[in-house]
Amino acid sequence: MNLSILFSEQYRKIARDGLWDNNVVLTQNLALCPLLAVTGTATNGLGMGLATMVVMVASNAAVSVSRHLIPSEIRIPIFVLLIAALVTLVDIFLNAWMHELHKVLGLFIPLIVTNCVILGRAEAFASKQPVMPSMWDGLMMGVGFTAAMVVLGAMREISSAGTLFANASVLLGESFRFLETTLIPEYKGFLLMALPPGGFIMLGFMVALKRLLDRKAVAKSTEPSVIDAIVLEEGA
Amino acid sequence: MNSEPAKSDPKATQYLEYALRTVSNFRQKLAVWLEPAHLEQLRPLLQYQAGVLGGFALLAAILLGVADLATRGVIELRLQEDLQANLEQVVPAELYDNNLLKDSVLLPSADANLGAEQTEVYLAKKQGTVNAVCFKFVAPDGYAGPISLVMGIDSKGEILGVRVIAHVETPGLGDKIEVTKSKWVLSFNGKSLNNLTVEQWAVKKDGGVFDQFSGATITPRKVVQAIKRGLEFYKMHQAELLNSSQ
Repeated sequence: MNLSILFSEQYRKIARDGLWDNNVVLTQNLALCPLLAVTGTATNGLGMGLATMVVMVASNAAVSVSRHLIPSEIRIPIFVLLIAALVTLVDIFLNAWMHELHKVLGLFIPLIVTNCVILGRAEAFASKQPVMPSMWDGLMMGVGFTAAMVVLGAMREISSAGTLFANASVLLGESFRFLETTLIPEYKGFLLMALPPGGFIMLGFMVALKRLLDRKAVAKSTEPSVIDAIVLEEGA
Repeated sequence: MNSEPAKSDPKATQYLEYALRTVSNFRQKLAVWLEPAHLEQLRPLLQYQAGVLGGFALLAAILLGVADLATRGVIELRLQEDLQANLEQVVPAELYDNNLLKDSVLLPSADANLGAEQTEVYLAKKQGTVNAVCFKFVAPDGYAGPISLVMGIDSKGEILGVRVIAHVETPGLGDKIEVTKSKWVLSFNGKSLNNLTVEQWAVKKDGGVFDQFSGATITPRKVVQAIKRGLEFYKMHQAELLNSSQ
């Protein structure tokens, strides 16, 4: 396996799309159901994000392998079937062999089936592309999704309870207890932020911030530089 | 198939050659069949579509079936370990010297609304005397689904401990019933039907003594009600359970 392929133009574009340009949450505004349901804390966001990422890589691979077999008329039921089967397999295997982790993530795993972004990537990317780019796409979309979930979870957790990464040691193991911090001691709590409306409000801020950054980046790249101005003057 | 060349080779070699040829024939045919160009012709056909959908469904069913068979025993074992660990959490070790999982009685609980027709009550005995009992029960009416609980009760009818084993309540709100997320379930310790009135066996919103959570009232309310039903169930069978000492 040649790793330099990861730096090729196509793979870099997939990565940029997944992480920022076409981010699941911030740009596509998909996956809002699990997003708002579980991002009450940063830890929950992280757990859900990681589980989704694993399923997305596997489902993109499965869809890509069988993309020539699947007629477009019945592609959706087949994708749903594949995704549901994969999620159930992940659920069963985690329960049997990583039981402690399953006790924590168990709540979130069935929710992954409802995540339209997995179906979205199967439809928009994996059904048209070879296996390796599809898995890379699943991974990068998953990382972008996880990052957005953690940031949103962290903002909601800080504003609703004044803590950050509460219960991280339950999800990641005792060695991650250092992540658990109380940022605002004696905080009375702000319930709205823990409830779905708080999720919508924070999400609004995040989307606005991303648009702002994007606009600034565009403005910077098109701003006529001093040299351009000189050239223009000489030309005129 | 074309006829076999009549040679004096041993029969076994002939069969092997034949089998190998059949396999390679089949592989060639499959490769041709799987050519994207060929599949493109097939895809609009109705019978092909039905076949593909059926094929994928069959594949998924087989995968799930095999995975279930392969993991059923392991998961059963894990659940046993969980139960053991949970029972140990709700009954202090100094109260018994027997194996809890092996020492139990099965009582009818169809009327008690504990989620099962029969409830297995585990007896914590020290030198043959029943010091406490513990059992699993279910609050069938949780906010998002059933909530499985385990409770230990001493011989006077006071709660030694309650733990939530499994639930599907909202993460971040209703999941504070877990002891790892909040100390809430510890507030039941020492409570009984004798030291609290019927009205006090409720969440504060309903005039009782137990806290509800901000953002989640239904989950704690149903847990309190189920625990009360569990205590009533114990009271009904108290004499019978405590006398099974020998």
